[in-house]
Amino acid sequence: MPASHPIDAQGLALDQALQLLQQAGASLPDEAPLSAAWLQAVLDALCDLSSRDALTGLANRRSFEMALAREVDRVARSDEAALLLVLDIDHFKAVNDTHGHGAGDRVICAVARVIEQAVRPMDLVARVGGEEFAIILPNCAPTVGLAIAERVRERVSQLGIEIGPGRVLGVTVSLGGAFAPQWVRSSPLLWMERADRQLYRAKAEGRNRACLEPQVDSLVSAEERGLLFASLNLDTQQDLP
Amino acid sequence: MSTTHDPAAPRPTRSGARTLAVTSGKGGVGKTFVTANLAAALAARGQKVLVLDADLGLANLDVVLNLHPKLTLHDVFTEKATLEQAILPAPGGFSVLLAGSGMVEYSRLTPDVRDKLLHIIDLVKPRFDWVLLDTGAGISDVVLFAISLAQDVLVVATPEPTSLTDAYATIKVLAMQQERRHVGLVVNQANRVGEGRLICGQLQQVLQRFIGPASAQHFRLELLGEIKADQAVRQAVLKRQLMLEHYPGCDAAQAIKALASKLLG
Repeated sequence: MPASHPIDAQGLALDQALQLLQQAGASLPDEAPLSAAWLQAVLDALCDLSSRDALTGLANRRSFEMALAREVDRVARSDEAALLLVLDIDHFKAVNDTHGHGAGDRVICAVARVIEQAVRPMDLVARVGGEEFAIILPNCAPTVGLAIAERVRERVSQLGIEIGPGRVLGVTVSLGGAFAPQWVRSSPLLWMERADRQLYRAKAEGRNRACLEPQVDSLVSAEERGLLFASLNLDTQQDLP
Repeated sequence: MSTTHDPAAPRPTRSGARTLAVTSGKGGVGKTFVTANLAAALAARGQKVLVLDADLGLANLDVVLNLHPKLTLHDVFTEKATLEQAILPAPGGFSVLLAGSGMVEYSRLTPDVRDKLLHIIDLVKPRFDWVLLDTGAGISDVVLFAISLAQDVLVVATPEPTSLTDAYATIKVLAMQQERRHVGLVVNQANRVGEGRLICGQLQQVLQRFIGPASAQHFRLELLGEIKADQAVRQAVLKRQLMLEHYPGCDAAQAIKALASKLLG
């Protein structure tokens, strides 16, 4: 907007925005109402609100997609391994059908809390669909990635979720994961597809398990590796006869 | 298709160029460096050579050769350019067809990508003696498909644990999934004379045990070259020059020429 047309704050219809913030439990800014600082704070609060999932408070699909695109760019430049995990609560429809949607919501929230506690502080956890979650794990070595995926799976399976007085429910999750390709340019969409494919595999193999996309490395067993380097002395520079 | 080649033949036979995929398990082991210099060595022997940048994801042949292509494989795929326009002369007397950027959509092996690659190979084969496919690293389906288009495969590895493990995995996949009976190996940046032979022997030995009896019976890993770590290589890469042109006398250049001779039989 050109500088010659300053905003007339009085003329802005802000009722709905403020109502939304109030409903979401966000505290309204302390600044003088309709001042620039106050408007900025309202906008910030709205941005925060629109990036979170209403039920769980996790990042929502929109902010997840932005973060995923950023991570693809970052990996291409930093050459650091990054893992994308997608997970899904097993037989969730049965929970809703048997115990009602209130119980379903409670299960989703409980699983969300467990995931948050099982990952590292820098990892981003998002709810991307009904009972689907996604986790972006930057700077994540393959062994670490599998360990975290397993930790999430195990902790969810140990969970007793109270869905009503004296009614405790247990659920499991299936996880699929793919590392950001380090030698190919990729796109968030391709990365998501690759992780999804592993999630389908985890489901097909019986659920309550974590499947990561096989990497070159995982094709070679410890035994093969041992034999491969058994008599190779790679440190010396002495010519061979 | 026959893999024999008559070096005395002045021009391609009707079956067309001999196709060789150059690949590596791990990136950054000098795959493109070997490809470009091998192309120059073959050209110096009177061969008509095309290097096809089949590393659709992360092509860097243009960087190695210091080329700034206006037209690329991408333009051929999208019919913005003809093949003739996109095939460029490279320093060293060979031709290149560069992938260029904007190839993200080809990092997934769709039927469309398959068709396009097959079509391109068919188009270039009658026009050259050799088509070298500079493939991506790793074992993604696009890389494996690009390799499957070639009659022969050359795996480049360095004497470093990650590179050797990844090279081993790649060769294993080639032997088991593609049922390759022969894979060539080039050990780049060797620390000592004889290291290539040692590594090749060790890889072959472990492969024999783990690729299954059916594959093991016929499979042979052949050492086609050992390129010792060489200051001239570093200089050439840094200056983005073709080593064979600027340091033709260095040890690495001799090793590349020997590799070309071996391929010519």
